[in-house]
Amino acid sequence: MNTPDAIVHRPDYGALMSEPLPLIPEPLLQAINLQCERDKRILFRELSFSILPGTVTRVEGPNGSGKTTLLRILAGLNDAWAGDLKWCGAPVANHREEFLRNMLYLGHRPGIKPLLTPLENLRAVMAGRRPVSDASLNQALQGTGLAGYENVPCRNLSAGQQRRVALARLLIADEPLWLLDEVFTAIDADGVAAIEALLQQRAAEGGAVLVTTHHDLALPNMHRLVLGKGGVTDER
Amino acid sequence: MNAETRPAVQLASSSVGALAAMKGVFARDMKVAFRQRQDLLNPLLFFIMVVTLFPLGVSPEVSFLSQAGAGILWVAALLSVLLSLDHLFRHDFDDGTLEQLVLQPQPLFLLILAKTMAHWMLTGLPLVILAPVLGVMVHLDGNSIAVLCLTLLIGTPVLSLIGAIGAALTLGLRSAGVLLSLLIIPLYIPVLIFGTGTVAAAAEGAAVGAYLALMGAFLMLALTLAPFAAAAALRISLSNG
Repeated sequence: MNTPDAIVHRPDYGALMSEPLPLIPEPLLQAINLQCERDKRILFRELSFSILPGTVTRVEGPNGSGKTTLLRILAGLNDAWAGDLKWCGAPVANHREEFLRNMLYLGHRPGIKPLLTPLENLRAVMAGRRPVSDASLNQALQGTGLAGYENVPCRNLSAGQQRRVALARLLIADEPLWLLDEVFTAIDADGVAAIEALLQQRAAEGGAVLVTTHHDLALPNMHRLVLGKGGVTDER
Repeated sequence: MNAETRPAVQLASSSVGALAAMKGVFARDMKVAFRQRQDLLNPLLFFIMVVTLFPLGVSPEVSFLSQAGAGILWVAALLSVLLSLDHLFRHDFDDGTLEQLVLQPQPLFLLILAKTMAHWMLTGLPLVILAPVLGVMVHLDGNSIAVLCLTLLIGTPVLSLIGAIGAALTLGLRSAGVLLSLLIIPLYIPVLIFGTGTVAAAAEGAAVGAYLALMGAFLMLALTLAPFAAAAALRISLSNG
């Protein structure tokens, strides 16, 4: 008996209610009646939610419930869906360039060239986003614990280290919206804590994070979006 | 959560320009290719082998070779470009770089144009440079060799550009090789016909201006349309992946 109607997430405004004129921020990203079918199986239907600035939302669900598909749809990588997606109140399709400029997506595949060094990889990625000096690139790599590996080809690095190269982007990212798919894979406990801190920091800065993980993510005030088999439930 | 500690969302209004982004894509592809030089040699070796096997397999007669030489070189160049096409997007698809490319804020067709240009520099251009040597080997006269190189110089970018569409379309498939050839070869045939036709006309002493103009038209057509088609095909392939 779940209600698959419009499910809208709102952050806790309890603290704000006593103050005059509570400012309800405009959602960064809004999904309305999203429906997706894969291999003639409906992954989700009538899925509606809002990603508000200042929030971290965890997408949950068993394997095959469509977490990755949902993130790929939101990022614009998957076209096989119906419904509405809005970026800052306007349809994403009409503001694609602006949306891409302000969205950072990290998927299962880290987007790292095995033949290039971490520095070259990071430089190549940022070449399409915004100009960043080599000094800050190096700093980002050091920040992810890759100091001393800047000039080693990525194929000689461990799986976790390769993932850290991709995650170094989070340290220099200026995009307010992060869509992160299973970013904790192959990352050690210290790394996980550092990423959790980054997610919270981004939210505190007014950004928004949507993350899928099977890892026990423990952030205060975290939103949850639960995908089930064929249905959607929403918990806070 | 406290509203005061939360600054307003800063939406970026500008990003890297398309030209700078294209440079970035081009530079990365070049760097990756030069880290893996044996892959660069493959199409080149194939080209040399096919051309050297013809005199051995068919006839070493000067009369035959000078007649068929231009055709042999063109067919070998075409097949060797075809052989290299699968690599155009495959590695990027597998390691996730392609996803990030599609998510760059610049127009995708420009980024694909940059990738295709890198592909041509790494496969087509070496063939053009090598062609005079092999032309001498198959007893083409000087004028024919010059015209042959010119047609290859105009024609091989067309092969890369058309190939990009096929490579993008067959990206999500496990055994893409055969389908890629079936899709692409019919589109290569006009280029082949006019490429060899130009050299044949030159050998007869006829004017080749009109032929070259037509090949130039092919190149312009491919330059302006193929990146759009390849971009659309890439989105479809990624959407299924």
